[in-house]
Amino acid sequence: MERFIQYTISGLSTGSVYALVALGLALIYRSTRILNFAHGDVTTAGTFMAFALLGMNLPFAAAALLGLLFGAAVATGFYFSILVPAQRRDATQLGQIILTLGLGLIIQGLVTYFGGTEPHSFPFPLSEFKIYRVGPITMSQLGLGTLGISLLCCLLFYLLVQKTRIGLAMRATSENLPAAQTLGIPTRQVLAFSWGLAALLGVLAGLFLAPALILDPFFMLEPFLKGFAAAILGGLNSLPGAIVGGLILGVAESWAGGFISIAFKNTLAFLIIILVLLVRPEGLLGEEFKERV
Amino acid sequence: MDLIESYREELQLIRRPWTKVWVSAIVLALFLLPFYAPEHLIYIGTIICITAIGVQGQNLLIGYTGQISFGQAGFLAIGAYTFGHLARFGMPWPVALLSAGLMAGLFGIIVGFPSLRLKGPYLAIATMGFGIAVYQIFANSEVLSGGRMGLSIEKLQPILGMAPLKFNYYFNFLIALLLTLASYNIVSSYMGRAFIAIRDNDIAAEVIGVNLTRYKLLSFAVSSFYTGVQGGLYALYLGYLEPNMFTFMESVTLFVAVIIGGLASIEGSIMGAAFVILVPNLLSSYKEMVPVVFGVAILVVLIFEPLGLAGRWFKTRLYLSNWPFR
Repeated sequence: MERFIQYTISGLSTGSVYALVALGLALIYRSTRILNFAHGDVTTAGTFMAFALLGMNLPFAAAALLGLLFGAAVATGFYFSILVPAQRRDATQLGQIILTLGLGLIIQGLVTYFGGTEPHSFPFPLSEFKIYRVGPITMSQLGLGTLGISLLCCLLFYLLVQKTRIGLAMRATSENLPAAQTLGIPTRQVLAFSWGLAALLGVLAGLFLAPALILDPFFMLEPFLKGFAAAILGGLNSLPGAIVGGLILGVAESWAGGFISIAFKNTLAFLIIILVLLVRPEGLLGEEFKERV
Repeated sequence: MDLIESYREELQLIRRPWTKVWVSAIVLALFLLPFYAPEHLIYIGTIICITAIGVQGQNLLIGYTGQISFGQAGFLAIGAYTFGHLARFGMPWPVALLSAGLMAGLFGIIVGFPSLRLKGPYLAIATMGFGIAVYQIFANSEVLSGGRMGLSIEKLQPILGMAPLKFNYYFNFLIALLLTLASYNIVSSYMGRAFIAIRDNDIAAEVIGVNLTRYKLLSFAVSSFYTGVQGGLYALYLGYLEPNMFTFMESVTLFVAVIIGGLASIEGSIMGAAFVILVPNLLSSYKEMVPVVFGVAILVVLIFEPLGLAGRWFKTRLYLSNWPFR
């Protein structure tokens, strides 16, 4: 029983990071119907930027903030300079997805070129080795901080989408693009904002993952794929679904790793993807998908 | 460009006499490659031949049937390991190679089932999940992957007293040639036209009598058969297998080859295969820049030349044949 609670809590902590990644993916999919294959790489770029700035003796808060902004700038830049011209030339939906794949490859190459392939350890104000105990359950400072801040960000994100004017514009744009344009919503700016926001959430996840994993140009690949799985599990076009999916995936992984075997832990996410798509393609909280041939 | 008057003509591989000359000249030049090219080039040529097989398979799936797959590395791994294990049991290579293709084809049908319900991005994720799951199963299972030392496979003994390098080139070149002919025939037969009909509009295709279930699954099966054969040849050529040869990057590379070569074009597949093999070889001192070149090539191709190298080639030919008019 103690082990059960222990695994659940550490699973929630990992799951909250997956939820952040999944939120970014779902946000972009919902508003533009594009699967962002570059999400992991944009995140890596932002985290490396923060790392490089830390190396120049900037305080952590400033470096992290600049890293977040850098990631957002890359994503927004991609939207304006690549995606918009491609859409003007009638790129298909599949073509646009492949464009994000291309961006991902470019960023991956550049990060490897400038950052080097050797792994770094990422200095972080919260420590992985400082451990809190509540009865028999232990929790590292880093894990606790990750869980708290991720959930706080999810809450802020929810408030942004549901309670503000820009959130309303984002919802309108994703609901019906031509109608939103007709109503005078600057959809292009709103979509660019969505791309930036998604990258911001991704880099935030990256900043929390970098101290837990080891920072190298490929460190985001697995969390990114897990985030994908989480987004699918919750429903690709549902924002609450992304959060729920992320938390469920994290806990399920933690249980699988603890009670079955460590080797099974990593495969689980991909089995979940295939199972969910076969049984219920719209995910737990998604709608859509009423077509049948 | 030219008027087709009969069904017989439609089925012809090559329609005009000059094309015949060009094609035979190119095939002859490739056939004689070992006699005039340096050794390094022969080696690269062999790898291109092997890769071209898988890219053609991938193109039959993506370009012709319009079903996206990010899981080719999974089929590649299944083909390679099937071949490897059968070869270690002492199976002769033709049987092992065929079984590698068939095994991959079988898994292709299994992966194809989601394609009956899923479209576009969802299918991309499902196949991506398959590819990565296969990689992780191989990486975590010592029985399948041959343990930490990898799986070693006996290479073929050269016949007719040829040097091993030359023999391998001819061996792979001939198999690639055979499969290329097969894919030209698939494309111009009923099957290929059914694939194209599904790509253009699957509901309309079903209305005019294409069995959607059968042809979608068949497309997955054929495509993964090709990829499985590629895996088998790869295993035979390198004589050594380890799970790290089949990561997600491998799927991406095959995908990039299809996009850059040109969707729905077999010549394009071969050009694309040459591209993804030549670029890392030319940039061997700037290894980090390889993904950048791939990425930029994708962006340029998708925005400016959606039909890839094959499309460019077609336009150039049209321009030259109409010159000085345009």
